[in-house]
Amino acid sequence: MNAEALLLSLRLATTVALLLVALALPLAYVISFFEWRGKFLVESAVALPLVLPPTVLGFYALTAMGPRGPVGKLWQLLFGHPLAFTFAGLVLASLVYSLPFAVQPLVASFEALDRRLLDASAVLGVGRTSTFRRVILPLAWPGVLTALILSFAHTLGEFGVVLMVGGNLPGATRTISIDIYDRVQSLDYDGAQQTALLLLLVSFVVLSVVYGVNRRAWSPWPAK
Amino acid sequence: MLFVKIRKQFPGNGLVPFVLDIDAAFPAGFTVLFGPSGAGKSTLLDCIAGLQQPDSGQIRLADETLFDFSQGISTPPQHRELAYVFQSLALFPHLSVEQNIRYGIARLAVAEQKKRVETIAAAFHIRNLLQRRPRELSGGEKQRVALARALVTRPRVLLLDEPLTGLDGSLRRSILDDLRAWNIANAIPILYVTHNREEVDAIGEHVLTLAGGHVQETGIPHAVLEAPRRVQLAQAAGFENVLRAVVVDERPVDGIMRVALENTACELEIPLGDAQSGSEVQIAIRAGDILLATEAPHFLSARNLIPGTIVSIETRGVLVIVRVKAGPTFTVHVTPGAARSLDLAPGLLVWLVIKTHSCHLVR
Repeated sequence: MNAEALLLSLRLATTVALLLVALALPLAYVISFFEWRGKFLVESAVALPLVLPPTVLGFYALTAMGPRGPVGKLWQLLFGHPLAFTFAGLVLASLVYSLPFAVQPLVASFEALDRRLLDASAVLGVGRTSTFRRVILPLAWPGVLTALILSFAHTLGEFGVVLMVGGNLPGATRTISIDIYDRVQSLDYDGAQQTALLLLLVSFVVLSVVYGVNRRAWSPWPAK
Repeated sequence: MLFVKIRKQFPGNGLVPFVLDIDAAFPAGFTVLFGPSGAGKSTLLDCIAGLQQPDSGQIRLADETLFDFSQGISTPPQHRELAYVFQSLALFPHLSVEQNIRYGIARLAVAEQKKRVETIAAAFHIRNLLQRRPRELSGGEKQRVALARALVTRPRVLLLDEPLTGLDGSLRRSILDDLRAWNIANAIPILYVTHNREEVDAIGEHVLTLAGGHVQETGIPHAVLEAPRRVQLAQAAGFENVLRAVVVDERPVDGIMRVALENTACELEIPLGDAQSGSEVQIAIRAGDILLATEAPHFLSARNLIPGTIVSIETRGVLVIVRVKAGPTFTVHVTPGAARSLDLAPGLLVWLVIKTHSCHLVR
């Protein structure tokens, strides 16, 4: 089993999950509590990675991050080295790829809140930011936890996007799923077996935690 | 005094849009907003609180404009300094009773927060509940906590949306008594929404009936005037003086009219209202709006100086209730200090000083 690849995957998934929840909180807030004309467009854009083949997403990410792509150029200007085929590039692409897995549980838990609690907070003289911190977050924390864990698990298992924008550089972009693919290609079925089993167990434990904590927050199964 | 003149249209569920069209003023004390479900009562409170925006009109609190469509003014709810108790109460489930009460006063110093929580918890008899969570409270306890949480912020208006629905009569009465006692010292307008006739009688003060988004009638329920027991309730807060009168003449140029009180020679100058000479009206005056003088005062802007004799004096805590016979008998509230320095005693000749705008014409 490739420990380096496993550690890299864990590092990527943790970084992405933390960054993504921080990004998704304001996004989910705006989607849940504001109504405007083009809202459905934003919702569709957020959900796009759910249906888009990872290779398509990876292809666009690669073009954008390449030395002639807008993101790649900006990165080169700011940090002095290219973005494609680096860990940072993987993080950036994974943020887009796992976005719906962070935003949707948050939106679901925000929309389940009793609006009158927010009204009560406002009438008691408390502004929007404080209301978010003092009422919304404490009551929606199962949604936050779900968002964190789902984006972690989803990033841990990603393959297509990583292959497109990351390539296969040991220690930098060679994640655990790439490792499994490599082993199968080189007919190392025992090695692939071990790694795959580990990934299966991690995923199952993670999802059990999510559903154990809150059945209603975000589940593909109908509520009882 | 809260002034509301607003209009708001909704798509409605039928062919005809629902229109809320209100023009009303709410003095200190209770005003019951009575009407069937769907009459627009809760929407009216939401508009006053700033949770919904009217399509046009104005909302003013004393001299301050909270909402003015034509000037583009709309103070956000968190800056209106009002209190609103919803029908659902909306206690924060993740906070203890004490944390709920402190929620709106978190900006104050901790010592001041503690003092206020202590005072309000005592006033609403919930001191033993402070460490509990909302889910561990009974219905009546929740309602007391919601009132305490709202009032601890020292609001300028209290909006109550059927806050006591589902309580039995005696529990409701005891909560209302606590609220009245609180409002004697604070004297803010309290708008009490209900569709329950029983609650109207229990509060028994100024009533405004709503139907289909419009004010139908305003006034004091007749039952209140006729049943002495309810008059006592009415006197605990709000208009302590409700006097029958006949309009003597109108002076539109000065914006006033004169009325003769209860078929006596005693006359009052009141703001010009919607009543004609010779018609019978009722005049409501708050006991706290009447000044007492032991000599005939001069050089005052107040237009009503009425001589009378003190009939009785009664001290209730920090409030001295003086009854003065001047044609009809007036109830006047003064402080114990004022009563001492004026040497008020039964039989003493005094002058009642009443501003024109302290006299409210009611029907």
